[in-house]
Amino acid sequence: MIKTDVIIIGAGPVGLFAIHQLGIKGLKAVVIDNLDKPGGQCIELYPDKPIYDIPAVPECTGKELTDRLLEQIKPFKTKFYLNERVEEVKTKDNSWSIKTNNNNEFIAPNIIIAGGVGSFEPRKLSLKDADKFEGKSIFYSIKNKDDFKNKNICIFGGGDSALDWALELSKSSKITLIHRRKDFRGTQHTLAEIRKLEKQGKIKIKTPFQLDNIEGNEKIQSITIKDESGKSEKIKTDIILSFFGLVMKLGPIAEWGLNMDKKNISVNPNNFETNKKGIFAVGDICTYPGKLKLILSGFHEVALASVECFKRARPNEKYKFEFTTSSKTIKDRLGKK
Amino acid sequence: MAKITYTDQQGNSKTLDVENGLSVMEGAIQNDVPGIDADCGGSMACATCHVYVEEKWLDKLPKAEEGEVDMIDMAFEPKKNSRLSCQIIVTDELDGLKVTTPEKQS
Repeated sequence: MIKTDVIIIGAGPVGLFAIHQLGIKGLKAVVIDNLDKPGGQCIELYPDKPIYDIPAVPECTGKELTDRLLEQIKPFKTKFYLNERVEEVKTKDNSWSIKTNNNNEFIAPNIIIAGGVGSFEPRKLSLKDADKFEGKSIFYSIKNKDDFKNKNICIFGGGDSALDWALELSKSSKITLIHRRKDFRGTQHTLAEIRKLEKQGKIKIKTPFQLDNIEGNEKIQSITIKDESGKSEKIKTDIILSFFGLVMKLGPIAEWGLNMDKKNISVNPNNFETNKKGIFAVGDICTYPGKLKLILSGFHEVALASVECFKRARPNEKYKFEFTTSSKTIKDRLGKK
Repeated sequence: MAKITYTDQQGNSKTLDVENGLSVMEGAIQNDVPGIDADCGGSMACATCHVYVEEKWLDKLPKAEEGEVDMIDMAFEPKKNSRLSCQIIVTDELDGLKVTTPEKQS
């Protein structure tokens, strides 16, 4: 059981800035995120796309914004729990207790939900039988590549993950790369490598094809792929690897008894508290009259929420508003002289 | 202003007057048309506003840029007439446009 002042759910830009706003007020926080790295949508969806509306930063990419925020919160030495999803929230003596799918337990008077549009999960194949084979013959990610040796592997997708794994696994398995159109997304270098291996007969490429059927009982025996004209082809297959990017799922948050407006959590715009005392929602996931889904709005929201968090975490202390330019206490907390 | 018709896989359809300058996605979201999620809010980063455009309209729409086609790779059951509705900006010329929403978005 880990005790802290605030549990932050979501390590996107707003979750990261929450650490800063809490930290300068002397509050301790932990961060939980389902992804394997901090940055949220900025890092997962548009690491290389420039953002032009961060105040005083004329232009920066999603990756740069994340790196700068991480730099800014360094003094607070906050612990990140990555690859973890919050499964359960319970009230406990005027506090909240949280359990993750990794069996970590946290307790704090405050929870800040900075969950964006939900947690990222692999986009799954839509065929009915796909569920049945998941984890046995169908995989959406690779943990140990040794499990994929000496097999007939069909890889679906046209992006970096599909191409990189096709290259890597072609060293020890028969690879068929299947994509819905002729063009692939990927670096010139990777594409050239793939084409080279295709010429050498080490990788088969099937375009423009999509998955139409899976044959097999316990294990997959073969798959049928089909093109737009209806032409189909059967391929002997042991394993399907599918790389169609990530989708965002709200997940268990929807069942916590919070007032929701469609997929968003309704909050009080004075302090961004939800209908549950001590649970706050900030950034893209919250909604209130006039809400704009901008990173800069999230920064404002978390600044206000952190004040209310302070009042709940330090009920016997009086909250004192301070500027970073003049407060000695804040400078100490930031490690500045 | 253009009349845009949104039809789902069950055949239920809704025809709306959508203001010029809005995207076909925004027209749907502002009027509670089901079947378009638009998780990323229109930044061409998620493919959950994917629609099938009626064939005869395909050539009349400005061509999809590379980023859009790349995102459609990720969409649920993409077809030749697949587009991201956040990238179709409404003009008078689009009056009568018909789009069908896929069975699901993710």
